Amino acid sequence: MAEKEKSEKIPRQKMPEQEPAVRARNFNEVPLGLSPEAAIMEAGRCLQCKKPACVEGCPVGVDIPAFINRIREGDFPGAIQKIWERNSLPAVCGRVCPQEMQCEGKCIVGKKDAPVAIGNLERFAADYERANRKAVKPSKGASTGKKVAVVGSGPSGLTVAGDLILKGHDVTIFEAFHRPGGVLVYGIPEFRLPKEIVFSEVDGLDAMGARVELNTVVGRSVTIEELFAQGYDAIYLGVGAGLPVFMGIPGENFAGVFSANEYLTRTNLMKAYRFPEYDTPVIKGKNVVTVGGGNVAMDAARTALRLGAENSYIVYRRSKNELPARAAEVHHAEEEGVNFRLLTNPTRFFGDDKGRVIGMEALKMELGEPDASGRRSPVAVKGSEFRIDCDLVIIAIGAGANPLLTKSTEGLALNKRGYIVADQATGKTSRKAVWAGGDIVTGSATVILAMGAGRVAANSMHDYLTLGW
Amino acid sequence: MFKIVKRKEMAKGTVVLNEIEAPLIAAKAKPGQFVILKANEAGERIPLTMADTNPEKGTITIIFMVVGKSTALFATLKEGDAYMDVIGPLGAPTHIEKLGKVVCVGGGTGVAVLHPITRALKQAGNEVTCIIGARNKELLILEDEMRAASHDLRVCTDDGSYGHHGFVTDVLKAVLTENKDMKLAVAIGPVPMMKACSAVTKEFGVKTMVSLNPIMVDGTGMCGGCRVSVGGKTKFACVDGPEFDGHEVDFDELTLRLRAYTEQEKESYTCYRK
Repeated sequence: MAEKEKSEKIPRQKMPEQEPAVRARNFNEVPLGLSPEAAIMEAGRCLQCKKPACVEGCPVGVDIPAFINRIREGDFPGAIQKIWERNSLPAVCGRVCPQEMQCEGKCIVGKKDAPVAIGNLERFAADYERANRKAVKPSKGASTGKKVAVVGSGPSGLTVAGDLILKGHDVTIFEAFHRPGGVLVYGIPEFRLPKEIVFSEVDGLDAMGARVELNTVVGRSVTIEELFAQGYDAIYLGVGAGLPVFMGIPGENFAGVFSANEYLTRTNLMKAYRFPEYDTPVIKGKNVVTVGGGNVAMDAARTALRLGAENSYIVYRRSKNELPARAAEVHHAEEEGVNFRLLTNPTRFFGDDKGRVIGMEALKMELGEPDASGRRSPVAVKGSEFRIDCDLVIIAIGAGANPLLTKSTEGLALNKRGYIVADQATGKTSRKAVWAGGDIVTGSATVILAMGAGRVAANSMHDYLTLGW
Repeated sequence: MFKIVKRKEMAKGTVVLNEIEAPLIAAKAKPGQFVILKANEAGERIPLTMADTNPEKGTITIIFMVVGKSTALFATLKEGDAYMDVIGPLGAPTHIEKLGKVVCVGGGTGVAVLHPITRALKQAGNEVTCIIGARNKELLILEDEMRAASHDLRVCTDDGSYGHHGFVTDVLKAVLTENKDMKLAVAIGPVPMMKACSAVTKEFGVKTMVSLNPIMVDGTGMCGGCRVSVGGKTKFACVDGPEFDGHEVDFDELTLRLRAYTEQEKESYTCYRK
């Protein structure tokens, strides 16, 4: 009884963060990370359940109680080694996974109290290791002599590569950009996921012997047929969704109207926030409208503030309850001063005589019955047109399936929206020895779901490489 | 790293040729395709259509004019120096077929892009008339190569310092008047030139292909920055192009989009020259 009372007294350890007013004007990471003392304290809140629900909630099945127990004992290298058994990108996952819906959402402590901060602890273990280099890295398994090509170096591709190299296969990752990491480096901003952390996790794979071929656009630089001809035994396609979706409304081609992909790629990957020290420019708006309500929209709106916007608006056609972004991202955006214009739907953009965007016309919306996705569908209020003056617009309403690779590959079954059809339980596509996963199968989703798909495919690929199709 | 094996100034200090070691791209590239180059860590990704490829040697050739910071930086690279990143081949290759009589029009460094296309059209059995032009004699490039790649070459300069005194459109009009059976026109150069050529060929009812070079980041259809309106529809130049029907392209919109970064480009170039 006494012990129970004691454990209830430990509150969930708060993640220290940069002050909103300060961080809204810099690109440094927002959460600063737990101290070792706080991490040990937080780890002490874990009940070490015999049947841990948190593990069921983790798409890659990290042994959560085991790594938390090691943190509690102060064995930080042991903790990261435990995580590495199932997850090759812990520093990334600790930062960008929707833990509240996954591990932490299932945490028993969370039934009566705040759940154990599993994500923050995972991040702590990974960051501690990066700073101290004490843990023994997993090493490449005994060579099987099989060659695997992984197309795309985003979260799903990196997971497949990490798993298969551990199993002893010869892995080459192909990346179209000049830097590895996919959406982790072009899409997710520096203040949420520093690039250096992604590169460090890729370096970990490199140290285990995975090759990374940059600047290689599979479908143009080399085709799937050519990869097979070069002796690859199995191929994983994790190319992401990668097709910007526009609204199809008048004025969308005015200069100053960006897709979220372009705006974030310029700012993050190409470091436009350090222009002119870095050569890539981006338009710095005073009044910036971001259209959309997902995590990408939050990233764009928060980036606009950091690039000097006086007003950064989120324009979303449903209400706050339907925002698809993580609650924590919405909260961070609000704290920093992003202005939410909810139940608002753009109808056209205005431009000046130089073809630059100067404003947006929108309609007020109200919520009707739930649609096919279960969300209440927005209905326009007649005659409610109004104008928002703006000099920069970012369209962040989702992504479609990029056809570059799928069009150049024969015999690959696609669904009617152009995504690759892959078996959910194995990741197998309609083509022998070709697997797929992540956004090119599911449409835009989360980092951890892409990693989960990578894990599933890697297991199936290993079976194929050792047992046959 | 992608080493420069040959550097040549086509026009002193302003138009530069780089032959670059890129064996995988050289083996694969077809006329009309482009590469994206990045000089160094802090560099921009710059799309340039290849002027030539040499699969045996494993090299590709680009020709560019110095217009801002990035191209000025490219121009400082010497033989033996290297580009940090070269990505390609990108874009859809030119559709080449035997049509009969064709006319190829090139302006400025557009002639470099036009060259492999002209050569392929001639090899496919077409009767090729070529018109190349530049602001002045100094800036005229690849005259001998274009002569070899075509049956009939006409040269003009804006200032009359060489060849016909006037624009390529004047000569194009004359060629189309002489040849009522022209099947295709290819016009590649600055946007105003392509726009003017397309207007001329439209009068004569000759199908016209132009190669566009809008602002672009990734070159794989991911960012949508290179969108152009063609026949009222939005297309991405990187994957749907770079070649489009000149009679359908909204050149005015393209011109405005190309000016999106004018101020930043000036700022960057000014910083660089300091």
